[in-house]
Amino acid sequence: MQANQTKIIIVENLVKKFGSFIANDNLTFDVAKGEIFGFLGANGAGKTTAMKILCGLSHPSSGRVTVAGYDIYSQTEKIKRSIGYMSQKFSLYEDLTVYENFRFYGGIYGLSRSMILDQTQRLLSRLGMSDYKDRVIKTLPLGWKQKLAFSVAIIHKPAIVFLDEPTGGVDPVTRRQFWDLIYENAHEGLTVFITTHYMDEAEYCNRLSIMVDGRIKALDTPSALKERFSCNSMQEVFIRLARN
Amino acid sequence: MRTIGYIIQKEFIQIFRDRFMPKIIFLVPLLQLLILSYTATFEIKQTRIVILDNDHSVESRKLISLFQGSRFFSCSLDVEGMEVAERLINTRKVHQVLVIPHGFERTMINREPVTIQLITDAVDGSAGALRSAYAQSIVQRYSLDINTRVTGLDIKPPLVATWSFWYNPELHYTTFMVPGILVLLVTIIGLFLTGINLVREKEMGTIEQINVTPIRKIQFIAGKLIPFWIIGLIELTFGLILAHFFFDVPILGNPAIIYLVAAIYLVLIMGIGLIISTVSDTQQQSMFISWFFLVLFILMSGLFTPAESMPAWAQIFNRINPIAYFIQVIRLVMLKGSGLADVSHQVISLSIYAVASIVIAVRRYRKTS
Repeated sequence: MQANQTKIIIVENLVKKFGSFIANDNLTFDVAKGEIFGFLGANGAGKTTAMKILCGLSHPSSGRVTVAGYDIYSQTEKIKRSIGYMSQKFSLYEDLTVYENFRFYGGIYGLSRSMILDQTQRLLSRLGMSDYKDRVIKTLPLGWKQKLAFSVAIIHKPAIVFLDEPTGGVDPVTRRQFWDLIYENAHEGLTVFITTHYMDEAEYCNRLSIMVDGRIKALDTPSALKERFSCNSMQEVFIRLARN
Repeated sequence: MRTIGYIIQKEFIQIFRDRFMPKIIFLVPLLQLLILSYTATFEIKQTRIVILDNDHSVESRKLISLFQGSRFFSCSLDVEGMEVAERLINTRKVHQVLVIPHGFERTMINREPVTIQLITDAVDGSAGALRSAYAQSIVQRYSLDINTRVTGLDIKPPLVATWSFWYNPELHYTTFMVPGILVLLVTIIGLFLTGINLVREKEMGTIEQINVTPIRKIQFIAGKLIPFWIIGLIELTFGLILAHFFFDVPILGNPAIIYLVAAIYLVLIMGIGLIISTVSDTQQQSMFISWFFLVLFILMSGLFTPAESMPAWAQIFNRINPIAYFIQVIRLVMLKGSGLADVSHQVISLSIYAVASIVIAVRRYRKTS
């Protein structure tokens, strides 16, 4: 399904060095529009570094990268209009209410007042949280904050959303709900680029890349990967590659 | 412009929703103004003096009564011997010891010079010098008086200076201190709150969320600074009202000049706060660095001690000390009624620094690492 579709992220020979340490060693991959792309790897494998480069939070050392059709070196600000980002920390303002967070992020993305109201209403009703519009974030449970953080990340209707270990620390049921939310949005054309440590989540992705020591060791659909390494689960595939 | 509005709105909500911020902003400065203005004083109101009278004569009692009559001194006369007196001064129970020698009266009536001993605790040098000067002026007075009585001639000192104190005729210490303390209030708001504010976004991780948005650096920084700029000016107003109506500090000049300079000064000091926040990762680091600069700037600014009596290198340093400029301006305008032309040098210098600090702050703040 990927080859014949538009490529929304193209990465060629991406290298990121911190001094003599090579965090990303010649990464080459692409992501198709509407795809759920899983970015796997052990801690320290270089996933977050690569993701930050794609989001424009960090400069690459070399390589060619385009995101949403824009060049990472010269059109960073245009890229930023087309992407959403949700970090491990769920960056909502804890002391603001749900609506105040939506309004603030909507506002700095330059949405109009009515657009902010519409989006808030739409996203909250999808979460079934319309009644909690005026609740202060810090009074909400972690699973709710996570879903809200996702909604805030897509308030400006980006083409791609980057999710950096979004499900850390939440229970399996909430994680499942979160993935339902991802699917719903992907179905509407949103491209999802996600890092995770949960191998059951990896199975939900259309395609996966597995990073080891800054390099991409494998990249394919979950079923193809299992077949290639003759494993029953992604868990086994991952352990096999990471142990190597 | 609308983007900046959303940031300002968010900042104000956060400031007033916080449990401590409103108190820090309004209560702390009030207390500071009240406490510092009354206590940070050079006036010596009470000197505890031990007088060892070894003469027990009419003349020695006359000298003692002059000390007793002065409101600056509280005298103890029942101390037995020099050793006890020394112990009292050692343990800081008394500030001064005056020793009247045996034969004080007789020697004087014989028109021979007499030496009395005055010992002052000078651990605090300036207080010691003041106490000594007060005591010496009493001895001087007595000395002129006894001369007249013994010689029968009404001797007048050959040279008398007439004096008047300009701009602060009654030498009110608060008149001198309060304008300077107003500068401190504005500085604390500008330096500490802006510094902490940006670092807090780093600590919470929200700065990353902001950095992935297409917001321009200058918009973000303007949105961050404007709320504290407004609060700083409100606080200045609050302080000026208190200074004028509560401390009776005159405001002879045009208050608009004070506001103009405060507006420029706040931009400068907030720029410094932002620069500090770009080099710090935690609120503690930012506080520590801000504190370091604040203490340095205050002590050298001439707030407590005259800058003119500092060594040359310190005076050169004060050319880059923003607090020194603002203190000069606020004192000149409030106490001397200086006009804009009189403080143009300070205004121009502050403006240059303000532009420089904001340019550096904007450049140092990076959305992409």
